[in-house]
Amino acid sequence: MSGPRVGLFVTCLVDLFRPTVGFAAVKLLEEAGCTAEVPQAQTCCGQPAWNTGDRKTTQAVAKGVIAAFEGYDYVVAPSGSCAGMLRVHYPELFVADESWKARAEALAAKSWELVGFLVDVLKLERVAADYAGIVTYHDSCSGLRELGVKAQPRALLAGIGGLHLRELADAEVCCGFGGTFCVKYPDISDRMVSNKTKSIVDTGADTLLAGDMGCLMNMAGKLQREGAAVRVRHVAEVLAGMADRPAIGEARDGGEGA
Amino acid sequence: MEGSTSHDFKANATRELANADLRAALSGSDRTFVAGRARVVANLPEFDALRDAAKAIKDHTLANLDHYLEVWERRAREAGGHVHWAKDTAEARAIVLALCKRAGARAVNKGKSMIAEECGINEMLEANGIRPVETDLGEYIIQIRHETPSHIIAPAIHLTKAQVEKSFRETHTGLDPARDLTEPRALLTEAREILRKKYFEAEVGITGANFLVAETGSSIIVTNEGNGDLSQLLPRIHIVLASLEKVVPTLEDASTILRVLARSATGQEFSTYTTLSTGPRRADDLDGPEEYHVVVLDNGRAAMLGGEFHEMLRCIRCGACMNHCPVYQAVGGHAYGWVYPGPMGAVLTPALIGIEHAAPLPNASTFCGRCEQVCPMRIPLPGMMRKWREREFDKGLTPRPARQGLKLWAAFATRPRLYRFVTGLAMGALARLAGRKGRLRRLPLAGGWTRYREFPAPEGRTFQAMWAEKRGRP
Ligand code: SF4
Repeated sequence: MSGPRVGLFVTCLVDLFRPTVGFAAVKLLEEAGCTAEVPQAQTCCGQPAWNTGDRKTTQAVAKGVIAAFEGYDYVVAPSGSCAGMLRVHYPELFVADESWKARAEALAAKSWELVGFLVDVLKLERVAADYAGIVTYHDSCSGLRELGVKAQPRALLAGIGGLHLRELADAEVCCGFGGTFCVKYPDISDRMVSNKTKSIVDTGADTLLAGDMGCLMNMAGKLQREGAAVRVRHVAEVLAGMADRPAIGEARDGGEGA
Repeated sequence: MEGSTSHDFKANATRELANADLRAALSGSDRTFVAGRARVVANLPEFDALRDAAKAIKDHTLANLDHYLEVWERRAREAGGHVHWAKDTAEARAIVLALCKRAGARAVNKGKSMIAEECGINEMLEANGIRPVETDLGEYIIQIRHETPSHIIAPAIHLTKAQVEKSFRETHTGLDPARDLTEPRALLTEAREILRKKYFEAEVGITGANFLVAETGSSIIVTNEGNGDLSQLLPRIHIVLASLEKVVPTLEDASTILRVLARSATGQEFSTYTTLSTGPRRADDLDGPEEYHVVVLDNGRAAMLGGEFHEMLRCIRCGACMNHCPVYQAVGGHAYGWVYPGPMGAVLTPALIGIEHAAPLPNASTFCGRCEQVCPMRIPLPGMMRKWREREFDKGLTPRPARQGLKLWAAFATRPRLYRFVTGLAMGALARLAGRKGRLRRLPLAGGWTRYREFPAPEGRTFQAMWAEKRGRP
C-alpha cells in the first residue's frame, strides 16, 4: 500500500474498554489510503501522571511513546485528549533535556486527533457510511481547545446518509470527566455531567457522539443511571460504519436493558 | 492560614452543591455574562489584537515594574498625593487605621476593593469602632448579610433576588413593610436612598484601583453605579488601596486595557463610570478630598516576579475566567475559601497564602481550558494550575491514595508487555462481571464514579490482543 504510514496511538481507554473504536480508526485510515500500524509498545499517553504533577513518571511514559512512534509519518489517536497530550504537552515535558525535547517536538509536529487528521491532513470530504438517527455531538475540551477540532467531525457527519445532527446547548462546556477529576471531586463532577445530560436529553437526539472515550463513558454512565434512552458512541464508530455493535454501556445481544 | 478555608475546598464544595439558592442564583447569571461577552466580542473583529496589545503592555510593565512604580510614585507625590508601601496586609491595615484615627473617623465610605478584602479592612475598622459603609450595591448586600464576596466583580452573585429582598426587609426596619420590592430596580432605589444619607457622614473614603498610571501619578477605578465617585469625593480623606501590579505606563495604555476589561467582565463596551484621581483637591477644584493617599500592597506579589507564576500578575480582575468556569459555576465562589475564587483564585491564592494552605484549589479543575480561552490577558491558567500540582507533588503534599495509585499505574504503564498481560486479564474479568448488561452499577474502588453513574463495562478483549491475533506483530 502507498500513502502515509500512520502509527495508531490506540489510547488506553479504547484499548481496554472499546476496541471497536480502534478498529474503526484503522478502517477509516486505510480507506483514506494510509498504511495503519499499531506499535505494541504503547500503553497510555501519561496524562494521569502529568495532571497529578508527577513530571518524572510522565517523562518515563512519554519516552516510551516517543520511541515507539517516531518512525512513522504520522501519529493518530482517536482522542483529542491524548493527541493533545502528545502534540501540546510532550514538548513542555523536557525543559532541560535538549535531546529528548527535540524528539518530543518532532513527534508533536506529526501527532493528530483522528477526525482532524482525516479532514485537515488527508482532505477527506465524505465517508461511506449510513446511520439512521438523530445525533447530537459533544465537543470534548482538549480536542476543541488544544487542537481546534470542531468543524471536522461535523463536516463528515453531514455527509452520512440518514443522520440528522441536532446541536447541543453548551456543546463546548466540559462534561465533568477530567480524568482523575471525576473521582477526586465526584460531587462536582456529578453536577457538571448532570447539566450535560440535561442538555443532551433536551435535544431529543437518540444518539450522542463525541471523540473521547473518557467523556463518553462519563456521559453514558450518567445517562444510563438516569434511565435516559440515548445511545452513546464514539464518532469514529459512526464514521466507519461500525455502529452495529452495542453502544457504550449498552446491553449485549440477548441481555436485559436497563 | 487564618481566615481561609481553601484547604477545605472539598467539604466547602459539597456544602455549596446542596445550596438550592446558590444554584438558582448562578443558573441565570453565568448565561448573562457568557452571552454578553460573546456578543461584544463578536462585534469587535480586532478584539484578539486588542488582547495581544493589552498583554504586551502588562508584560512590558512587569519587566520594568520598579521603574514604573518609581515614576508613578514621583508623579503622585508631585500632584500632592501621599504614597504608602505595605509589605503585607498587617502593614496595610496599620496604615489605613492610622489615617482613619488621625482624621477622627467614625464612619468610612467604601467603594468595591478586592485589596480591602484581602487585607480584612472592614473587620479591622469594626474592631476599632469605625463603621465601614459599603457603597457598591453588591458589597452593601453582603455586608448586611455578614458575608464575603463570592465573585471579584459581582460580590453578591450567589444570592437570589428573593434572598436580597428578605435581607432588605429585615435590615431596613423603618420602612413600610407593605412596600413592593419585586423589581430589582426597587431594591437598587431603596439601597441608594439609605446609602445616600450615609455618604455625607463619613470622614474617610476608601476605594480600590483598577490602574495606577505612571505618566500622571493617577489612580483609576471603573464602576457601573457611580458609587465610587461619591465614596471618594465627599469625605475629607481619600485612601486608595492598590496592589503593585496595577501600575501601567500611560493613560493610553490604561484605555487599551479598559477596552478589553469591560468587554470581558460584563459584556459592556465600556464600564459606565471611569474615574481618574490625581492628587487631592486643587485650589480651583469644585470638589474632591483634602488628602489623597495610596496604599500599595505587595503581600507576596513581588516574589512572583520572574517565577513560574509571573504571568498571573497580568490579571486585571475581570472575572471572565470564573464566569466561564464549569467548576465555579457549580460550587460558587465561597467554596474556594479565600478572597479570590475561580481559576484566577486557583492560581493566585496558593501564591499569596501558600500551597500548603490551598492545595485543593489548583486540583479542582478538569483542565477544560475555557478560562484560558476567554482570559483577556492570555494567562495560561490551566498550565499554572498544573505547575502548582507539580509543586504539591514535589513537596510530598499530594494525598497518599493518589500517590500510591499513580505509582502502581506507572509500574504497568512503563512496561508494555506486563501491561498488556494484566489489562487483558482485568478487562476480561470486568466484562464477565458485567455480563450481558454491558455495565456495572457498583464497582469496588470506584465508588466516586458509581455513586452517580453506571460504569460502562469493557467490550471484552483488549484491542491489542485482538489486533495481534488479526494482523500479527508488526
Ligand atoms: S485571570 Fe484573566 S480572566 Fe481571570 S480575572 Fe484575571 S484577567 Fe480576567
